[in-house]
Order: sequence, then structure tokens, then C-alpha cells
Amino acid sequence: MIALHDVSVQAGTFRLDHISLTIPTGEYGILMGKTGCGKTTLLEAICGLKRVVAGRIILGDHDVTRLKPAERGIGFVPQDKALFSTMTVYEHLAFALRIRNWDEKALDTRVCELAELLDIRAILPRRPYGLSGGESQRVALGRALSAHPHVLCLDEPLSALDEHTRQEICELLATIRAQLGVTVLHITHDPHEAMRLAQHIFRLEGGILNPTSLDPGAPQLHSSCGNRIQ
Amino acid sequence: MKPQDLCAACANVELLMTSTNSDSPYHAPHKVRSDFPFFVGLFLLSGVYLFLIVAMVLANSAYTSADIFARTLASPEIRYAIKLSLITCSITTILSLWVATALGYCMSRFEFRGKSFLDSVLDIPIVLPPLVIGLSLLILFRSGPGIWFEDQFVALTGYRITYAIPGVILAQFMVACAFAVRTMRATFDEIPARCEHVALTLGCSRSQAFWSVSLPEARRGLLVAATLAWARSLGEFGPILIFAGATRMKTEVMPTSVFLQMSIGDIESAVAVSMLMILAAMAVLVVVRFWGTESYVR
Repeated sequence: MIALHDVSVQAGTFRLDHISLTIPTGEYGILMGKTGCGKTTLLEAICGLKRVVAGRIILGDHDVTRLKPAERGIGFVPQDKALFSTMTVYEHLAFALRIRNWDEKALDTRVCELAELLDIRAILPRRPYGLSGGESQRVALGRALSAHPHVLCLDEPLSALDEHTRQEICELLATIRAQLGVTVLHITHDPHEAMRLAQHIFRLEGGILNPTSLDPGAPQLHSSCGNRIQ
Repeated sequence: MKPQDLCAACANVELLMTSTNSDSPYHAPHKVRSDFPFFVGLFLLSGVYLFLIVAMVLANSAYTSADIFARTLASPEIRYAIKLSLITCSITTILSLWVATALGYCMSRFEFRGKSFLDSVLDIPIVLPPLVIGLSLLILFRSGPGIWFEDQFVALTGYRITYAIPGVILAQFMVACAFAVRTMRATFDEIPARCEHVALTLGCSRSQAFWSVSLPEARRGLLVAATLAWARSLGEFGPILIFAGATRMKTEVMPTSVFLQMSIGDIESAVAVSMLMILAAMAVLVVVRFWGTESYVR
């Protein structure tokens, strides 16, 4: 579960106040809003990267408001993916596990399992330089998922991808949610993406967060991600 | 809109319509001036400086010969100076890298009150005349706290600082470190903090994120900072002369040798030592260019 209770976030001179939202365990939430409205700030506050000045953030059953990012049990995929240029894809997937002192055998098994799920086995020895947009996105997802997080925070994961790759990653995200049971909060501008993936949609406008229900009666949009996954 | 404004707007539209007519002078083919003077200007301005550099090096090499070179290298004083230069420059480089990495990282990653002031303070060793740095160091170590610190240092290591080898290292460090700090700050500015943020969410402490993500990403900057620090230390003369003295076989480094040989009228030996310094600097630059352009990222 991701739950924000009356959260206020400060980032320099920018501030968001009285933000509340709930995404039940294992469900997929989409956060929409115009550029600069504070979507990324809110996502980073959930990750522990921005200062929460008031309110509570609950992830799973735990109040993580005052916990360090490392202790929150989250996977974070930023918009620019922020892959580590000095590490191979294998090392990316193993990074969080090495930090947790996993033994090499268990670590190798987990990396292979993730590489299989994300279909990146062939690029395990490569460094990020020269990877395609889709491959980079899969690596960033694998790195975020490696230590079994309860919550996955995705900042515009499908932006800057071509149509075909967007389709693939969309399907992959739906598969990840279904197979791993992870609770997802995904930022996007694209209503088609939201229609395709979301079980809960929130719109951040003028510093106010409104839940927006999916309208089943609305005409089916020509989605860049294809048909909605049930 | 007032009626007179409307009339003015209409007149503008009419003028625009007229200007699209093929008879209009505005419709004549556009001719571009030759690029030749621009390139000649670039070539001349760049060429003058490059010519001076190459001419200086060639004049030096023409002034000396293999015999003078061999005689100079055989001199125990010069050999001592070369050895001391290599050792002190390497120590200074290591010390500078530690300090520059910490300072560069702080200045790049954190916002705090007085940051602009601190930034200006860090530039002082760069803008001050080298002699003034030496003099300031000397005055510092003749003050109460300076004398106390030197006494503690002597008690701990058995070496004095002023007019001794540690003084050579400190004088080199004061200047070289400032350049290394600038380089490391620029390096960390170019590395997105986002990578560290991701590392934090993956389970790292700040320290783990720094050592496992940021520092490896900064490897090229480290190499450049080390080169700059080493090269600056090798050429440092003014602060060393004032703070550590120019005593033969004691605090004599290569620039000091050039000065001492000149002062006794042995220009050939001074030029030979200068050539050695040029060769050392060129070797370092070649190594850096080689490693710096190696595509380790792939």
C-alpha cells in the first residue's frame, strides 16, 4: 500500500501542502498533471529524497515518513533512468543485493531471474553506453526491482520511447505488477498510458491532488499503449 | 483598438505586401561575404601563441646538448632535486586529491549559507601571487598557533616544517590543491545527483552511494585533477623559495635548481633542468590524454 496523509513537501521555494492519496497493496496508481506541478517532487518525497515537513507517508504497514530512502523498501526509476555508467547491466541488477550482502550464488540466481523476466539476458555483460531506450528502461526497472521492493515509483518511464518500445514496456509493467504483486505509483502526462495501466488515477493541479475515476463509459481512446489491461 | 492604430496596422500590412513584390530591393538575392578573413584571423591569433610555445621549447633544446644533459644529470645536486621533486609532487598530488574530492563534492552537492564566500576563499590561492602565498605561510608559521603546530609536528615526526621538506610539500599543496578543487567541483557538477539518489533508494548510505556510484563516475575528473595538481607542484617555485628556502641537497626541487644554476651563471645546466621539466610535463600530458580518451565507459 502507498498512503499519504495530509503530506506537505518542501523543495527549495516550491511547496506542496495537504496531499493525501491511497493506493491499495498490489495495485497500480497513476499520477498525472502538467509539467512543473510537483509530480516528481511528490514521488521523490515518497522515496525519501525530498523533505516532508508535515503529514505521514505509509508504505505497506509502516510509517516511513522519517526513514532514510534506503530503509523504505522502494524501487525508484527516475525519468532519466540514471544508469551507472561504470557498471555492467549485471552489476546494475546485483547492486542492491551486494549492498545487502547477499551471497554470490543467491545473487546470481536473482539476477538471472530478473534478466529472464525483463528479457535482458543478452545484454548482461554490457555497460549502459549504447543501450537502446527500451533496453535502458528494462535495466532501470530490473535494478529497482532486484531487492524485492513492496513499492515501485516510476517517473515517466515511457517518455522518449518509440511506439513499439512503449507498447513492450507497457506490457512489461503490467506483467510486473501482476507477477510480483508490487504496488506501483507511475507518473505520466499521457492519458492513454493512464487508461492502459491504471487502477487509480490522481491528478495534481494547482497544488491540489484529486482522484480521477476511470470512466468505463468513455469512448475507447486510440491508445499509444494499446488496449487497457484488465 | 483605436481607429488611428487600425490605420497604422493597415499601412504596415501594405508595406509588407509591397516588400514581397519582386521589384522590391528586399527581394534581391542575398550575398554572403567570404569566410576567408574570418579563418585568417582565427589562424593568425591561434598561430602566434602556438608558435611562441613551440619556439620556446625548440630554443631550449637548441641551447643544450647531450653532453650538457649528461653532465647535469650526473650532478648529485640535480639528481637530488629531481628525486625530491618527484617525491614531493606525488605526495602533494595524493593530499590534494583527498582534499579536493571532499571539497569539490561538498561545493557541488550541498547548498548552505556562506557558500559564495567559501567559493571565493577557495580561489585565493589561484589569484594570489605565488610569493605572497609563501610569505603568508611563513608568517602563519611564525605566529603563536603556527609555532605550536610545528612543535607538535616535530615531536610527532622528527621533521621541521619551515625550511624543510614538509615545507616544500605544504607550499606545493597550497597552490596545487586549489586547482584540483576547481576540477573536482566541475566534475561532480557534471555527474547527475540522480544516480546517487537512486543508489540511496537501493539501500545505500550516503557514504556507500558516494564510494560506489559517484566516485567511480568521477574517475576522469580525478585523473585530470591529479595531473593538474602534479604539474602545478612540479612548477611551483615562489612559495617554496620563501617558505622552504633554496638549500642545496635539502629543499632543492627542480625549479629551485634552475634558479640556483642561473644564479651561479651556469645557464646550460639551468636549461638542461628546464628541458627535463618540459619532458616530464609532456609525458604527464600524453599519459592523461591517452587514459582520458580511452573509452572506459563502453
